[in-house]
Amino acid sequence: MTHAVPPKGIGHLAKREARLAWGLLLPTITAVSLVVVLPLLAIFWISFKPVQLSDLRAPEVVLREDIRGDTDAVGDEANIRYRIRNSTQDQPIRDVTLTDTLPLGLVVGALDPRCTLEDRTLYCDFGEIEGGFRERLMIPVTIEQAYLDNGLRPQDSAAIVTGRGSSVLTNTTFTLENFARIFDGNEFWQVLWVTLFYTFFGTIGALVLGLFSALLLNKSFRGQGILRGLYLFPYVAPIIAVAFTWVILFDPFSGSANALLVQMGVTSEAINFFGVRPWALIMVTVFAMWGYFPLCFLFILARMQSIDHDMYEAADMDGASPFQQFWSLSLPQLLGILSVLFLLRFIWTFNKFDDIFLLTGGNAGTRTLTVNVYEQAFAISNIGAGAAVAVVIFGCLLTFSIFFLKYISREEGL
Amino acid sequence: MSMLRFGLITGPLLGAFWLFVLSVTVSVAMSFATGDPFRPSILWSFVWGGVAGTALVQIGRSPLVQAVVAAVIAVLVLIGLGPMLIGDSTGSFARTFGALILAAAFAPTLAIILDEVTPGALSRHEFEHSVIRFLTGFGYIFFTAIVLIPFYVMVMTSLKNQAELMQNPLDFSVDLSKGWGLLRSYDELFTQFNFGTYLINSFGISILTVLITLLFAVPGAYAVARLRFKGQAAFSRSILLIYMVPMIVLALPIYIAFSMTGLRNSLFGIILIYPVTTIPVALYMLQGYFRGLPAEIEEAGLMDGLTRLAVIWKITLPLSLPAMASVSLYVFMIAWNEFLLAFMLLDDPSTFTLTRGIASLNTSEIPRQHLMAGSVIATVPIMVIFLGLERFMTKGLTAGSVKG
Repeated sequence: MTHAVPPKGIGHLAKREARLAWGLLLPTITAVSLVVVLPLLAIFWISFKPVQLSDLRAPEVVLREDIRGDTDAVGDEANIRYRIRNSTQDQPIRDVTLTDTLPLGLVVGALDPRCTLEDRTLYCDFGEIEGGFRERLMIPVTIEQAYLDNGLRPQDSAAIVTGRGSSVLTNTTFTLENFARIFDGNEFWQVLWVTLFYTFFGTIGALVLGLFSALLLNKSFRGQGILRGLYLFPYVAPIIAVAFTWVILFDPFSGSANALLVQMGVTSEAINFFGVRPWALIMVTVFAMWGYFPLCFLFILARMQSIDHDMYEAADMDGASPFQQFWSLSLPQLLGILSVLFLLRFIWTFNKFDDIFLLTGGNAGTRTLTVNVYEQAFAISNIGAGAAVAVVIFGCLLTFSIFFLKYISREEGL
Repeated sequence: MSMLRFGLITGPLLGAFWLFVLSVTVSVAMSFATGDPFRPSILWSFVWGGVAGTALVQIGRSPLVQAVVAAVIAVLVLIGLGPMLIGDSTGSFARTFGALILAAAFAPTLAIILDEVTPGALSRHEFEHSVIRFLTGFGYIFFTAIVLIPFYVMVMTSLKNQAELMQNPLDFSVDLSKGWGLLRSYDELFTQFNFGTYLINSFGISILTVLITLLFAVPGAYAVARLRFKGQAAFSRSILLIYMVPMIVLALPIYIAFSMTGLRNSLFGIILIYPVTTIPVALYMLQGYFRGLPAEIEEAGLMDGLTRLAVIWKITLPLSLPAMASVSLYVFMIAWNEFLLAFMLLDDPSTFTLTRGIASLNTSEIPRQHLMAGSVIATVPIMVIFLGLERFMTKGLTAGSVKG
């Protein structure tokens, strides 16, 4: 008699299930790798390349074609003129050829040595042309009656030019200059310090405000729903709308906030909140607290409402005062969600670009790493350096992510 | 701390702070409403607040005492020795109104705060309860103010004109006699600045983004939640890691790729990108919900001969309609508010979304009430949707909340 043994390995059904699962996930995986993974790899590639904004257009052959000379009568001599040039000044284009069909009734005279004529098809091979290359190719022709009859000009049939330009993006020139450039001098440490200040205090502030507002609304009363909706406004409204409102509100000349402060005697003259150090950095940090406390509020409130109420009753019976209850009961219960929120908000604030870009444009000592990517790539037009900053950001994020993964597995409540 | 726990110390202190908080609040509110100079006086706030706190603790909190306190505060404000100072130019109506509001708000609320406070030593509970009531009152005022003031300024600025704004930045009172003329900035935005097109573009893009996102995320979420395959755990965890990647890092290569392929300046290009930024979070939110659904119903469907896809379509989806609503709203919000990609990829005004359109108004030639009117146009639809479907939205925000 044989013993019954459980089946080993992966069964047929399990295989089918896994196949279906991958099938269902395939669209997502494809899309995400195209738009997230590929660009990430591209960033690494570009960060080692000397790319300027103007290099994004690959060099190409520019061709103009016309006919010069008298073409009014039979026997007139004329020239078909091809003007060829390289669109860039410094990059060669390889395997440049030209193919064109000549109209009827043109008898071609002496041909340029680089060209051949078969039937009415003209083919010229220029080989490699240098950057800044510019040439006029003349094809002498004699007019016949057929040309006058059908009225077709040489330029009516578009000539085909081919040529392989090598873009800086795809060739094998590499450089470390981008990294040398961004790490150079005090500027990088300044940017890093601003980023850390903004991220840390923005996160802590949002958490504290979120905790405070959640404590306020953690009881049911009439209008609680309305207040909860109201407190989420800063998070739900478009960043661009609220950022510009803040800029206008704190404008040094016509901002209401300044007018109010002067009127109340807090300051004697208007403060340029978004224009001078250190106010600009403080203000963008305050904006981050203001804009993201609703998120913390929502999470903390949800967690608070799931805390068992019996505990508080027991504490009440034992004579614990409200503050003692908060310290010894609520806070320990909220610690998990608070730490997850801290980590998440820390990473997102670190990644934040829009807010500072819209509020100060990175001026007045508010240039964070993400704003620096934009500054380098578009303001200074040095795409390579921008990519190098992006790589630095990515390195920081990898470090954060390790922490994140460690915590998220502990705190599944998210 | 224990030194503070005497009724005759707690009472005056809380009274002083509370009167100061309220006079700041009323001053700011009155300034914003009338444009006239109202300002709080720290000194008088503390003096009269302390006196009022002592009175309420020592004499009692009967309505009569409250009324007397209120009357005294109102008179003090009017004679210029009160917690709130009012400039000479202010009309008598605004003056009286401000004084009365402050007085009427102060006396009863302070009575509530000091509800348990007796003149002698206080127990920990009595003391902390009164402090908590003070902090609660302060919290409501503080949060409501910081949330409402920017939106109030946004709306009011959009209704004024440059000259009025420069003359008195605090004066937000609107001249109702202008009638429809108040909405001139809006009219100009729609007639001269193509905001109609932007609005349609934004709506179209957001809705398409929602549809495409769901199309990708529903099968993916189902697979992660229900089917067993190698790497399932790793997959469900790494979805969120995608959100750790900052948009600007992706935007740079996307900009390069779009420049080279000619997809810049096309709504099609935007439609290609937006859903991908929202699919991971939608997938994460949905798989959480799918896990919570009872698997037995689906198994019954499978036993009855439905295929997996039919099970998703006929059983899982109808059961998860609330979650779908949350996810859709959330994705809609992300797409509607998206700024960075629109800003970098769109240069041609016919393809602008609302956020991009607002960014184009931010030049010195265009008066700023237009900028604010544009902001209002972008904010109002999302707010209306949000308030109308707040229940779903709140749920969606808590479940995913990965707008970053």
